[in-house]
Amino acid sequence: MGQITLEKVTKKFGDVEVIPPLDLTIEDGEFTVFVGPSGCGKSTLLRLIAGLEDVTSGKMMIDGQDATDVAPAKRGLAMVFQSYALYPHMTVRKNIAFPLRMARIDQAEQKRRIDQAAAALNLTDYLDRRPGQLSGGQRQRVAIGRAIVREPSAFLFDEPLSNLDAALRVGMRLEISEMHKRLATTMVYVTHDQVEAMTMADKIVVLRAGYIEQVGSPLELYHTPRNLFVAGFIGSPKMNIFSGPEAQKHSAETVGIRPEHIDVSRTEGTWTGRVGVAEHLGSDTFIHVHDTGLTDMMTVRISGDIEVSHGDIIHLNPRQDQFHRFDAQGLRIA
Amino acid sequence: MARAVTTQRKIINTAAAWAVGLLIFFPILWTVLTSFKTEATAIADPPVFLFFDWTFENYKVVTERSDYARFLWNSIFIAGGSTLLGILVAVPAAWSMAFVPSRRTKDILLWMLSTKMLPAVGVLYPIYLLFIKMGLLDSRLGLTLVLMLINLPIIIWMLYTYFREIPGEILEAARMDGATLRSEILFVLIPLAVPGIASTLLLNFILAWNEAFWTLNLTAAKAAPLTAFIASYSSPEGLFYAKLSAASTMAIAPILILGWFSQKQLVRGLTFGAVK
Repeated sequence: MGQITLEKVTKKFGDVEVIPPLDLTIEDGEFTVFVGPSGCGKSTLLRLIAGLEDVTSGKMMIDGQDATDVAPAKRGLAMVFQSYALYPHMTVRKNIAFPLRMARIDQAEQKRRIDQAAAALNLTDYLDRRPGQLSGGQRQRVAIGRAIVREPSAFLFDEPLSNLDAALRVGMRLEISEMHKRLATTMVYVTHDQVEAMTMADKIVVLRAGYIEQVGSPLELYHTPRNLFVAGFIGSPKMNIFSGPEAQKHSAETVGIRPEHIDVSRTEGTWTGRVGVAEHLGSDTFIHVHDTGLTDMMTVRISGDIEVSHGDIIHLNPRQDQFHRFDAQGLRIA
Repeated sequence: MARAVTTQRKIINTAAAWAVGLLIFFPILWTVLTSFKTEATAIADPPVFLFFDWTFENYKVVTERSDYARFLWNSIFIAGGSTLLGILVAVPAAWSMAFVPSRRTKDILLWMLSTKMLPAVGVLYPIYLLFIKMGLLDSRLGLTLVLMLINLPIIIWMLYTYFREIPGEILEAARMDGATLRSEILFVLIPLAVPGIASTLLLNFILAWNEAFWTLNLTAAKAAPLTAFIASYSSPEGLFYAKLSAASTMAIAPILILGWFSQKQLVRGLTFGAVK
């Protein structure tokens, strides 16, 4: 079990309110991602759940039990830190065994669980090494191993992949997702990377300045962002957003259209512009277009490769049914 | 920016270092030499340096006249006891200041240090009277307590500095792993801070060993450590330089040997973090 409920939880550091009153339920077995720009309070929120910070007011429940004043050690949650936070003076085996030792689990069972975790994480050959002798990816695995053996009711991840290089990050992302499918344990994952959020989450919580901007599945956020902030934050490359007469044509204050929902033509189109930079990824091409008269720069995503170069004049055809409309307050118009 | 270190510069630096080192070492050397002279040679004018009749007479007289072993044992007991006791008190104190600082932590640290600026004689009477009341006068336990309290600010400051070097996330990880506060300190913090704790122990032992104000004022015979042993050979007329030197040599020898063997650890501990 691992249902986590926050009721009117707030957090102040001195006089600064980092988390204004916030309600949130994380269902048992769900993979929830907190995403937002740096300083949005996502890590603080995770630390409140972990118990590493005290809530200023409000209530926190784990599986229906009030856990607001329960010490982190007693909450039954496991955490993976950005810096891995391994014990440098212990071998990998002892690192992984530490939570079991603290729980006074007998030696035979400890060994069984360590061997199982090590096998699952490809760490069997490294059990007698110290963290200092491991690579970044291996250290991350040890941190995950240390979390798994506890058999916690929920896993908390605090930007676990941001210290890894790009290739490793993609690999670990998949491993964590697979682990979630296999264990079916609640996971709460903090990241500033919206790609990680989109690819891993069952449920995404978009945060800004401590406020929840939107909660929903990745595709809900992609297709129906509740406001301009979510519209601009979710999706890569970013949604093109502009206001003015062109927006009023759609009877909205502001409209947005995603780069993948614009077609390019050499001859004719709704809008016309000059190519700034074309990024050729092979599978896709991102074209950054200037002088459309709508915004400083429009981004267009074309599937496959297309021959355009700097200075070319091209025409853009937005798909009419793909416009996102927002009112003067920046809220979505249904 | 890299700077070329020339051979000439190296020679100058080495010579300067030796000069300063000898200057600091000279009083100790002179004491040791004097301890092998007769009382007459000891006060000879001009002083003799190496060429005199070496004699062990002073050591013989000193060991006959006073019970060196008892003074030594008292010194070990008081210095060791106050150091261990101090560490026991200081580890939790430094932990809280390093890892859960409050708005007042900096003030408390400075206030603790300010107690070291108080002239000890200023509190001699109150402490003396307290000691009479509590029956601690001339007891090893009493001295151990006083020296622990005197050196506590330094122990806490040193440990605080070392603890600050340890990433807080590692302790938080321990907490998430189900460690109680005791386990967190015992199994994670202390093993990580071993180099710092070791040099704190050493430095504090040396400070306590050399402490003379309280050890002289609060003891008579029973609990007197080596500082009292030296003092018993000093006379206002300065008549027994050689015996005084012999006593001094015997008193500083143990700590000198300890310091010699632990100097690597001391230097490493004192510069921990600065050169990491």
